Amino acid sequence: MKTILYDLSRLRRGPWEMVATILIALGVFMLMQPFALWLYTYSFIVTLVGTVMFIVVSHFPE
Amino acid sequence: MTDETTVRDSATARAPHARGFRGLSDRMVGWTFIAPSIILLLAINIFPLIWTIRLSLTNYRANRTAAEVKSVGLRNYERILTDPDIWNAMQATAHFVFWTLFLQVLIGFTLAYLINKKFRGNDLWTTIIVLPMMLSPAVVGNFWTFLYQPQIGLFNYFVGFLTGADPSSFSMIGDTALAPWAIVIVDTWMWTPFVMLICLAGLRSIPESIYEAAECDRASKWRQFWTITIPMALPFLMLAVLFRGIENFKMFDLVVQLTGGGPGSITELTSINLKREAFEKWRTGYASAYAVILFVTVFGLASIYVKALNKVKER
Repeated sequence: MKTILYDLSRLRRGPWEMVATILIALGVFMLMQPFALWLYTYSFIVTLVGTVMFIVVSHFPE
Repeated sequence: MTDETTVRDSATARAPHARGFRGLSDRMVGWTFIAPSIILLLAINIFPLIWTIRLSLTNYRANRTAAEVKSVGLRNYERILTDPDIWNAMQATAHFVFWTLFLQVLIGFTLAYLINKKFRGNDLWTTIIVLPMMLSPAVVGNFWTFLYQPQIGLFNYFVGFLTGADPSSFSMIGDTALAPWAIVIVDTWMWTPFVMLICLAGLRSIPESIYEAAECDRASKWRQFWTITIPMALPFLMLAVLFRGIENFKMFDLVVQLTGGGPGSITELTSINLKREAFEKWRTGYASAYAVILFVTVFGLASIYVKALNKVKER
């Protein structure tokens, strides 16, 4: 956990890509889940943030 | 003599061009070669995308070109993301994508595994299995509509034969509980061969020597399957999931032909819903916002898949 936080603070690609991936997966789940309308409402912003983050962080050093 | 003069004249005529190209740097020559592709890409992909994003922020209607186009900010997005009907379409799409992927990967991989074993008539069976994939979705939708007919349909007769139920007592495309499964069955029937072919390529790329080494180490068939076959075929499986996942997320033609989104709107997938908004209700700005939401979702998913695929390949 400490290593992940350290790599995040040093702007390393691996952990940031993981954060972006989690956000995209969460956004897609929120978009298609049948449980709560408010989750659906906020799904797009979560997916968008994840996708933009993924594009940006894929240019970070390894 | 005449020939010599002709050759000299033609060389003189070419000289200015040759000098012109010689004057270009390697970088410029490179740009000259890729410029047509870049221009085409910008014109066909990037420009429509930017235009759609721009339209999604307006109240534009394509059937009222004379009407004033007003900027509405993010109101189209707000309305889509609070609309229970579109939420239902998303759920219908999720059901369709999940079950078709699950069944296609399961059946496709099993068929590939069986076809990979050498047996008599192997090639003939491969040809027969891939036939559905070659048909047009319109044709498939049409003849499955007949197969699903409660009175004369072979599917109902077959289910009735197996379960003892009256074939005319249920309607696959007329019942709200069965219609979502009807489209899953047809898509699985049509596209499992595609997954099978990709898996077959993966299985055939595994060197026989690895299995021989495993045999020497007395690894059981079960262990060979889980520690050799599955890991080495995994990149191909993931590729199949990526292709089919994105295609099924955008599924339109087959479902329109089969159920038209009905009964009610139970099989109205997002692409059908989007088409209705854009070309039946003519809410172009609203439909553009809808398209942007779907685009971002597919793009995000594709990014994850490509990353996962690269990781598996590195392994």
